[in-house]
Amino acid sequence: MAATDADPTARRTGRGSGGIRFDDVTVAYNGNVVLDSFTLDVAPGEVVALLGPSGSGKTTALRAVAGFVRPASGRVHVGGRDVTDLPPYKRGLGMVVQQYALFPHMRVEQNVAFGLKAQKIVAKSEIPARVAEALRMTGMAQYAKRYPRELSGGQQQRVAIARALAIQPSVLLLDEPLSALDAQLRSGMLAELARLHRELPDVSILYVTHDQIEALTLADRIAVMNEARLVEVGTARDLYKRPGTEFAAGFVGNSNLLPVTVAECVAHGDGSFRATVRIATESGATTGELVTATCTENAAAGETRTLCLRPHFLGLAAAEHHDNAFSGTVTEVQWRGSAHRIFADVHGHEVRLDTNELRNPPAIGDEVWLHFSAEDAVLIPASGTGSPSPDPVSAAEPAPANPASTEPAPAKPASTKPAPAKDAVPIPATATGSPSPDPVSAAEPALAETAPAEPAPAEDAAR
Amino acid sequence: MLLYTRRAQRIAWAVFAFFFLLLFALPFGVLVLAAFTKQWNGAFPSSYTFSNVTAAFHTDPLDGLETSLITALLSSLIALVLGTWAALALDAVRNRVGKTLIQTVFMLPIAVPSVVVGLALLVAFSQGPVLLNGTNTIVVMAHSILVTAYAFQQVSAAVTRLDPAYEQAAASLGARPYYTLLRVKLPLLLPALTGSLALCFALSMGELGATAMVYSANWTTLPLRIYALDDRGHQFVAAAVTAVMMTITLAVLLVVSRIRTRANYR
Ligand SMILES: Nc1ncnc2c1ncn2[C@@H]1O[C@H](COP(=O)(O)OP(=O)(O)OP(=O)(O)O)[C@@H](O)[C@H]1O
Ligand SMILES: [Mg+2]
Repeated sequence: MAATDADPTARRTGRGSGGIRFDDVTVAYNGNVVLDSFTLDVAPGEVVALLGPSGSGKTTALRAVAGFVRPASGRVHVGGRDVTDLPPYKRGLGMVVQQYALFPHMRVEQNVAFGLKAQKIVAKSEIPARVAEALRMTGMAQYAKRYPRELSGGQQQRVAIARALAIQPSVLLLDEPLSALDAQLRSGMLAELARLHRELPDVSILYVTHDQIEALTLADRIAVMNEARLVEVGTARDLYKRPGTEFAAGFVGNSNLLPVTVAECVAHGDGSFRATVRIATESGATTGELVTATCTENAAAGETRTLCLRPHFLGLAAAEHHDNAFSGTVTEVQWRGSAHRIFADVHGHEVRLDTNELRNPPAIGDEVWLHFSAEDAVLIPASGTGSPSPDPVSAAEPAPANPASTEPAPAKPASTKPAPAKDAVPIPATATGSPSPDPVSAAEPALAETAPAEPAPAEDAAR
Repeated sequence: MLLYTRRAQRIAWAVFAFFFLLLFALPFGVLVLAAFTKQWNGAFPSSYTFSNVTAAFHTDPLDGLETSLITALLSSLIALVLGTWAALALDAVRNRVGKTLIQTVFMLPIAVPSVVVGLALLVAFSQGPVLLNGTNTIVVMAHSILVTAYAFQQVSAAVTRLDPAYEQAAASLGARPYYTLLRVKLPLLLPALTGSLALCFALSMGELGATAMVYSANWTTLPLRIYALDDRGHQFVAAAVTAVMMTITLAVLLVVSRIRTRANYR
């Protein structure tokens, strides 16, 4: 995070300390707004991923930094300098685009040397060394004499990165750099990029992707975009563990989003809240079981919220062992080798559950209980109520993770009965070894007979 | 099925061969034959001779070759520079009126008969402050105007196809526009540039219409001389001169196309 100027060993070309700042940037093509009041800060040395579906404006945001599109309003800062009115060639940033755009008439080394020669920032005698260094970092040293057409896609991508790195920019813009590669190569390059960033800790990276794995793997923070707007920004962990919006919950990792009604909400030790909620049934009646979930802000009783449940945090359970659970009917069972994916109908909502392979998987039509730990379930504002797209400006605050949420307290729910749910989470994994009273048996047909009896008391409890 | 396909192929080849013979082989073959003919009464020449070719090399007709080569070389180079410049300008100009204006100006010489271009130059430079009547400059000018239009069309098409990603990559690496032009855009356009150079050269070598309006006695291009020879009844010498011109033009085009192949990167 240290400013490169202050660092005597800094190899940056005196372009300041890096970092990018979008200040209320709006971009429109022919009056069609494709980036709407976009505000985001990328600290020096930080990796921020712009994550969003196709057409959400990610590339446009990147192009606004690079200078290839002019904002209709708002300012763009790079390295603390307002670059909004500067032409692209004066901005001094490295950029790698999706199709690499390597110069086909130049050898690899000439491609990499291009920026140095064009800018005349280093002495001619120094160029070969700089080129060699950039090629070494990307592992392309032995291909220096080749032409781009003689390289594979992955190699071309490395050359594109080497070319951008050679000018030693303080800011690196990567637009879906891995999208042209196959899955295997992609994961390899992902590790390479992570290593590169460790080697160049001062370089700020803005990384555009629509792949959540790439974002989670590389980024310090993730900015989720949708329909030209910034939906939510936070550390990768925060966004995954405590998403603040339905969109982010659905886009960063998989999730079950269930409409619930808050019954009670009390403060929890770590600054968050624990809410007791009831799943709204399809008919709108709130007759479901009472379950406990985590809530980052207080919620009033009777409020409608959305319960976000990660499929792999759900367990199959015998009802009598788990009170933080709801009943459902199995609608589909998918065996995926080492894992089982089970879909269940819970009060009219489809819920997906991912678990390690089960020895005795449930059958379609079985009544099962799905349980979870209160800290793994997050209440988020319902998209139907309140602000459908949350205020992007407040979302854009470079909120350094609030320590409470990054370090979830160990499961000791104060406001609820000490749920055995915590213990139950790993059970599906060990289930194959232990015989009788394990939750897997919950999935056995025998339990299907007891299950229908359960909702009745739950309904009573609701009244 | 295979048989059918093969038969279809044969038919296609036969049709192609017929038209090829009719349109290309026959006229050019007859021309070459005529270059060596002394007398031609029946279907084929009745007697052959080498004198036509020697006549072509020894008398004044071939002085026109030098004139033609210089004119073609100068005008195709001028056309390449102007056409490329205009094509790049067309790409850079953002407003529609400007674009249309550039396109119209460079389309005009193709749109009107070449005689009109010659006449226009003649009228414009026969009086007034700039007098070019009867000079070699006006011939080169006429050729340049005509072939620049073709150069512009060709280069402009290539510029449109040029992926803006290259230019942007160069800019993001800190290259100023002129550096990007020299090191990235022009090298990438090289195949189109050499291609249009060759086209312009060939067109200029064969130009007759406009040249007929503006030529002077000391700057008479080969096609004009061929026309004159034919007019005076020396068909076979005309054929010999034409064959020589054809050979030289083809040689130049081949050399250029070699450069062109080397300049193809993808
Ligand atoms: N040059 C352009 N002219 C007009 N509209 C454009 C232009 N470039 C992009 N758009 C529009 O702007 C919107 C955002 O485009 P952008 O390229 O930023 O999306 P993206 O998030 O990068 O998507 P993807 O993941 O598919 O690359 C799209 O709706 C697109 O149609
Ligand atoms: Mg994009």
